[in-house]
Amino acid sequence: MKTFKGGIHPPENKILVKDVAILELPLSKVFFVPTQQHLGAPAKPVVNTGDMVKRGQVLTEPMGFVSAVVHAPTSGKVKEITKRVHPVTGLLAPCIVIEADGKDEWSHGLPLERDPFAMTAKELLNIIQSAGIVGMGGATFPTHVKLSPPKDKVVDTFIINGAECEPYLAADYRLMLEHPERIIGGARVVMKVLGLNSAIMAIEANKPDAIKLMQEKVPPEIKVKPLKVKYPQGAEKHLIDALTDREVPSGGLPMDVGTLVHNAGTVAAIWDACALGVPLIERITSVTGQGINQPKNIKVKIGTPLKDIFEFCGGLNNAAKIIFGGPMMGIAQYYQDVPIMKGTSGILVLTEQETNLNSYQSCIACGRCVEACPMRLIPSILSKFGERGMWEKALDFDLLDCMECGSCTYVCPANRPIVHFVKHLKTLQREASARRKEA
Amino acid sequence: MKDIFISSSPHIHSEEDIPWIMRRVIYALIPGALVGLYFFGLPAAKVIAISVVSCMVIEAITQEFMGRAVTISDGSAALTGLLLAMNLPAGSPWWLVVLGSLIAIVLGKQVYGGLGNNPFNPALVARVFLLISFPVQMTTWPKPRAFLLNTADTVTGATPLGALKTAIFEHGSIDIVGKLNLMDPFFGNIGGSLGEISALALIIGGVYLIARRIITWHIPVFFIGTVALMTGIFWVINPNLYANPAFHMLSGGLMLGAIFMATDMVTSPITNKGKIIFAIGCGVITVVIRLWGGYPEGVSFAILIMNAFVPLINKMARPEKFGAGK
Repeated sequence: MKTFKGGIHPPENKILVKDVAILELPLSKVFFVPTQQHLGAPAKPVVNTGDMVKRGQVLTEPMGFVSAVVHAPTSGKVKEITKRVHPVTGLLAPCIVIEADGKDEWSHGLPLERDPFAMTAKELLNIIQSAGIVGMGGATFPTHVKLSPPKDKVVDTFIINGAECEPYLAADYRLMLEHPERIIGGARVVMKVLGLNSAIMAIEANKPDAIKLMQEKVPPEIKVKPLKVKYPQGAEKHLIDALTDREVPSGGLPMDVGTLVHNAGTVAAIWDACALGVPLIERITSVTGQGINQPKNIKVKIGTPLKDIFEFCGGLNNAAKIIFGGPMMGIAQYYQDVPIMKGTSGILVLTEQETNLNSYQSCIACGRCVEACPMRLIPSILSKFGERGMWEKALDFDLLDCMECGSCTYVCPANRPIVHFVKHLKTLQREASARRKEA
Repeated sequence: MKDIFISSSPHIHSEEDIPWIMRRVIYALIPGALVGLYFFGLPAAKVIAISVVSCMVIEAITQEFMGRAVTISDGSAALTGLLLAMNLPAGSPWWLVVLGSLIAIVLGKQVYGGLGNNPFNPALVARVFLLISFPVQMTTWPKPRAFLLNTADTVTGATPLGALKTAIFEHGSIDIVGKLNLMDPFFGNIGGSLGEISALALIIGGVYLIARRIITWHIPVFFIGTVALMTGIFWVINPNLYANPAFHMLSGGLMLGAIFMATDMVTSPITNKGKIIFAIGCGVITVVIRLWGGYPEGVSFAILIMNAFVPLINKMARPEKFGAGK
């Protein structure tokens, strides 16, 4: 099996939820829908306080092409449009609060039934855009933008990412086992949009039953390829490297090497939008970790408050850390009334024994971070610059090539928070370039 | 509810921390130390015990005095003590060992800010300091198994490299080499520092360290390889004046130095490319000192000199980043 250079082998810990079938969460009383659940330009509300909304009704309009709309997860009343803590940035951000009426009524005749393959590529692209679909692996980049490569970029390879290389998480795995037809259908839609007649479905070798099932179900134009089990095998650039031996250039995009990658969950959402007219208002996520009493995979409406999910999963038990996403790249949460977002691939509750709350020491130059770094950088030097805020020096050591996968930090015997330092340096760099633009 | 913690990702961590690494390097040194105990007996045990204990005590006192956290439980001071002991003659007097520990911990390590910040290998700083300051004590080598003889005086002899240098000075030839059975330095039946005598024991430790991914193979292989290649060239040119490469590989401190001293993480380059440059430099300097220098052995000096180049090497020898354009 092909792979990339570097990477790590953390304990998988998927056993907690991998065999638990997906359950649907009961309807919450109140939903918090942040207007920004994507990377790119903001979107502004098109509803007002007091408006009645239906499930699947659009709530915002995008302010630019690289942007995405959000929809009402259920029927009810817009209670207020206010600023609330955003689970990704940790800052106050615009949020539409919806009080559910309990009927969960669909908007104008949804869901419908139609044949996506009777539509043109342009029509499909418009549907994907208006369904507010973003990368559901966690990056949340608007999907319609990825599907609209400029004329000079020829995309010849489409990869469906079912690697799910983050430890603990099994949401994509359950999706592949329980809804393979949605993934395959969505993949065929993407192939139609791009005008391709082949695709690769990449799954880590630790999910043999998903690989077997997909091999039985896929049409001949989609090839299922097992991947070596290694973190971060599911990182876009490293997936491409492993499967096609092409290296996305520094600062470039997958389309620069003729490749496009979509997460399995995203592809399923594309199918729902194109075949059923259903926008992205719910997702599958793993609720797991030793700190939750009943780890589960759940189908959950976007905007559901975290505490309702904890209640459904039997409550917390010695929780020390609550994380949106996986243990390697996920974002730690403090408040339990933050909502589930389009990019929330997992909800992880770690106990003190599972996580790492120790202090750090001086770098001993062991070189383990260099061995682990999939971008082939020198993380130890970045961490030393980070300690001193020296972002200009760090740029010379390829600060901006770091994708913050956390491999270096995981292996560091001195327990140095290298990713933390890198994020700090990137913030300093962004602030400085913003200042320069103003001046 | 208990406290919920917030911090940057990642939220999990490998169990292999600094104490884990230090413990494994100590395990890897055990075969070499046991050979030292077998051939040099109780005096060797005393040197090891004094060195390890005094390094730990001195580290604790220094850290306390400097207002730093006391970190002797991380094993790094114990490791420095063990390495120092293995680099000393087995018959060293107690005060020499304690003085060496003081130099290693205070001048070699803590004045720079402690573990991770020292540019030179602490045990080698101490060894070279002692060698220059107390040349007689530092070159009084007990003969292997001589501790079993019932004599009042310590029975001493020369190391193979020392005998070689003397032979060249005195009668311009290397007759000694022919008399040495190479199996002796392989198993440790020669004169020399406490822990350097058996190539086999040290290689076993080195294989363990590489297998457990504590060190990489680059420094030992390129260091020893460079010594073999260079001495081989001169041996081919003039076998009457230069000893053969097998003799050079197996005698003196090369195995101990290449496997355990030059691979010290803190004081060696961080990338594999850098490690290769560093190891070749160590090999060249070692050979130059052995063949033409005033000292019979040059491993310690070579490593210390190359330690000084590590920041420069780290700057030069960077990996090509992902997507740099091949």
